[in-house]
Amino acid sequence: MLVIRCPWCGERAESEFNYGGEAGIARPAHPEQLSDEQWGDYLFMRKNPLGLHREQWVHTHGCRRWFVAQRDTRNYTFTSTEPLAAANKEQA
Amino acid sequence: MSQTHRLPQGGQIDRSAPLHFEFNGRQYQGYAGDTLASALIANGIHFVARSFKYHRPRGIMTAGVEEPNAIVQLETGGYTVPNVRATEIELYDGLCASSVNAKPDIEHDRLAFMQRLARFIPAGFYYKTFMWPRRWWGKYEEYIRDTAGLGTVPEQPDPDRYEKTYAHCDVLVIGAGPAGLAAAHRAGQSGVRVILVDDQPTPGGSLHHCTATINGMNGAQWVAQMTQQLNAMPQVRVLLRTSAFGYQDHNLVTACQRLTDHLPLAQRRGPRERLWKIRAGHVILATGAHERPIAFGNNDLPGILLASAVSTYICRFGALPGRRAVVFTNNDSAYQTALDLHQHGAHVTIIDSRAASDGELPKQATDRGISIRRQTLVSRANGKRHITGVILRKNDSDTAQAAETELDCDLLAVSGGWNPVVHLYAQSGGKPRWCEIRACFVPGDAVQPQTSIGAANGAFDLRSALCEGTHAGQNATRRSGDEQASLPAWDTPTACTGRLEPLWLTAKGTDITRGPKQFIDFQNDVSAADIHLAVREGYHSVEHVKRYTAMGFGTDQGKLGNINGMAVLAQALHQTIAETGTTTFRPNYTPVTFGAIAGRELGDYFDPIRKTCLHEWHVAHEAVFEDVGNWKRARYYPLRGEQMDAAVARECLAVRQRVGLLDYSTLGKIDVRGPDAATFLNRIYTNAWTRLEPGRCRYGLMLDENGMILDDGVNLRLAEQHFLVSTTTSGAAKVLSWMERWLQTEWPDLKVYLTSLTDQYATATIAGPCARKVLQKVCHDIDLANDAFPFMSFREGSIDGVKVRILRVSFSGELSYEVYMPANYGRHIWETLMEAGKEYGITPYGTEAMHVLRAIKGFIIVGQDTDGSVTPMDLGMGGMLAKSKDFLGKRSLSRSDTAGPNRKQFVGLISLDNTTVLPEGAAILNEPAKPGIAPLQGNVTSSYFSPALQQPIALAMIRNGLSRMDQTMTIALPDGGFAQARICSPVFYDVQGARQHVE
Repeated sequence: MLVIRCPWCGERAESEFNYGGEAGIARPAHPEQLSDEQWGDYLFMRKNPLGLHREQWVHTHGCRRWFVAQRDTRNYTFTSTEPLAAANKEQA
Repeated sequence: MSQTHRLPQGGQIDRSAPLHFEFNGRQYQGYAGDTLASALIANGIHFVARSFKYHRPRGIMTAGVEEPNAIVQLETGGYTVPNVRATEIELYDGLCASSVNAKPDIEHDRLAFMQRLARFIPAGFYYKTFMWPRRWWGKYEEYIRDTAGLGTVPEQPDPDRYEKTYAHCDVLVIGAGPAGLAAAHRAGQSGVRVILVDDQPTPGGSLHHCTATINGMNGAQWVAQMTQQLNAMPQVRVLLRTSAFGYQDHNLVTACQRLTDHLPLAQRRGPRERLWKIRAGHVILATGAHERPIAFGNNDLPGILLASAVSTYICRFGALPGRRAVVFTNNDSAYQTALDLHQHGAHVTIIDSRAASDGELPKQATDRGISIRRQTLVSRANGKRHITGVILRKNDSDTAQAAETELDCDLLAVSGGWNPVVHLYAQSGGKPRWCEIRACFVPGDAVQPQTSIGAANGAFDLRSALCEGTHAGQNATRRSGDEQASLPAWDTPTACTGRLEPLWLTAKGTDITRGPKQFIDFQNDVSAADIHLAVREGYHSVEHVKRYTAMGFGTDQGKLGNINGMAVLAQALHQTIAETGTTTFRPNYTPVTFGAIAGRELGDYFDPIRKTCLHEWHVAHEAVFEDVGNWKRARYYPLRGEQMDAAVARECLAVRQRVGLLDYSTLGKIDVRGPDAATFLNRIYTNAWTRLEPGRCRYGLMLDENGMILDDGVNLRLAEQHFLVSTTTSGAAKVLSWMERWLQTEWPDLKVYLTSLTDQYATATIAGPCARKVLQKVCHDIDLANDAFPFMSFREGSIDGVKVRILRVSFSGELSYEVYMPANYGRHIWETLMEAGKEYGITPYGTEAMHVLRAIKGFIIVGQDTDGSVTPMDLGMGGMLAKSKDFLGKRSLSRSDTAGPNRKQFVGLISLDNTTVLPEGAAILNEPAKPGIAPLQGNVTSSYFSPALQQPIALAMIRNGLSRMDQTMTIALPDGGFAQARICSPVFYDVQGARQHVE
């Protein structure tokens, strides 16, 4: 069981969290203008890298807040966890 | 019965505390401090088991967790434990154990003849033989299942209780041998939180049977001093009888503590075992090493033990396993066993495969006049149920046909070297590395914050072990900037050790596959010949050979034989052991009871149970409950002697003809408020919310981004910026999480608050033609008239002084109101309604009647009639999709697959015979059914007998169902038969919807 640092609550056991998949996938502003393929990319296509992965987690059995974590998929080491706002700023 | 092989003194047993025990129906005596295995050896008992496959006689071979043979069934009835290692069972008064895998007993085992068939049933025999004829497989399986396996599964419930606990520490030390004690001691001195675990009842590890001194003290004295000092450190916790069996991610170690197994049954109090989940800053693995055997002919005879086990039985338990002993070794450590045997009066001959050794121990053996035959091998052992002698030949690499000599003995102590216990290290993610010099796998680089020390790290001598322990304890606690503290020096004599010469198998060439069996994995009856056979048949990967031969399965998981097996495989493949590699070391290191894993999460505690505030009323009225998510919901209320069908029919008719009352409290309720509440709902739901007036309700449908129906419910607009949305019972938590996620991740600019109110409100649905009349009797401040309080609206008022909110909605098709009341007043209002309804024959109805009532109206239940692959169009609900706004999932509805032809669509089904209630989930095929493969057309989703129509009705998803009205379909029944049904509209009753508007 992993230890995950919630940006608000600190280190907690993995069982308090839920996983939300790859981070940084923004919902298209105008879905109706997208082709089936573009919409399919948004819905289904994920990076699944071997190595560092930016992903969303939620502290379900705690503060219920979503945040972005960076995790190494080879050894499950979390290199960072940060609030969504900070993560989004970084992205922009 | 006398303890014929007990030494007059020595060992850590208490000769003043005799214990009586029963083994295989006979009474014996042992002493406090014995294990079952040591007590048996003290009584001269070696033959304790029959082997797994060939039913060969087997004896106690080791003194620890790696024991492959001495597997027993401990105790009987509810307390029985199958497949326990006799070497791990602490003896207690009244203990009762028996051998496994032998009927009626090991002396007269009916399957003993299997030994003589052994050469005909090598590895792979079962795979090749029981393939044909195919229809016989059932018989084969019955027979194989009966003969396979070891102990007997308990037939009674386990009367014991098990606990779980979490612990956190800075340093976790696993193994309380010399290295582990030194590490824990050093770490403890620095003031950090330390946990030290060991599977034995007392700390000490190899010092239990070691003659060396530390700082002038003997082993026992040093251990006592260390233990005393550790116990005096308040932040150090020592867990004994605790097996660390799993090394998980992020330095989580799972360990099982045995609390009562060492006590007589009558004295056991409290939980039997406690499962520890220990999260450590740093883990120090001081798990020691296992001695490994050498393969030679008949190397499984009772009376053949590991050399270190012989020393353990002599020095720790005061039991002499034999009096005419042969020690067969390829290294120096077994010379200590020869010295121990010699000191206690046994006649000893050492057979050393090496030409010479310059070590200290061989010198001592020579000095004591022990006979040593160098460059000699044991090629096979003789004996039937106990070893009677060994056949020796010269270890000459040139000729395989060397002259043989015979030597009588009643004990053979074998040592093929040592394997560090790298299991936990490997579980942590590390890769063990083959060390050519020490001829063993040692831990490689640490992957998690972890250090291996002592014998577990390949440091087999005491001085190195202590030194590594102290350094590891120091390094695990040192923080940057700390000054280098002085380390305690452990003064222990060093002895020069001669080098080990790897020896896995004494046979060469064709002798490997001929002659008596040379066992590699004793528990699974895997011989060297089996590994060679696997290679000949094309299995080269060690993982494949493992699975083909079954090497490394069972309770010992290859602790004793796997490394030897890999070495034999390497030889057969003409490659190095490093190239061959190891199989994967997986948790659990030792078997863990199901009890420990389950803990207290049994029966009612397995999963939380949620009850509505009306639950006790339902119980008092003898409701039958069903589980809906975690909720207990009243399914129906049988009258005396009434069957379910009759009760449901009575409840349905009451609602259709008079009035019924349903506990609807489990419905999910989410309070949505804020300036952007309507905008938010517009995005979440398929339909529009902006223009819904306060005081009105609207049915809402939500989709996932894939366009599939996620949940539904009736939503209320309480005020301009305030909604109360309802969800399905089982979807409540999911929908709240779904909404929260979108608000936080995509729409943080929306000013909306979400609050779950599911438990705060109780809901009673009053339905039926008389519903209004009942309500009018108790609710005086709401005008309930048809026009004043129209369908799909709500009003706030009071019943008997309690504020309530009443919705006029209908899930039954009848005139119906939902009364929302504060949960604390739920039962009072419910009883008030029941009392007021008496004159109209009000009837409580359960979820089953609710289902029948809604199905006949074609109302769906998300999750029953939908399955995550259903769009609103599939349900004929295309009208629910707003055109002028975007909502979650909208784009997916115009994809080629969702908007295209050949979708399954929601329809009704009527059995042609008008009597068959179609099974829910049943496959629907084209009519008529032909033999062979029929393309699936859909499934029945809901099916009931309707008391109002006096006929069965069903709802179904059928490919292109909406354009196949009145077609006859074939329904596959579970008994292999078929039923015929006609496709129709899903609305079977009151198609105009007049009943919900009655005056």
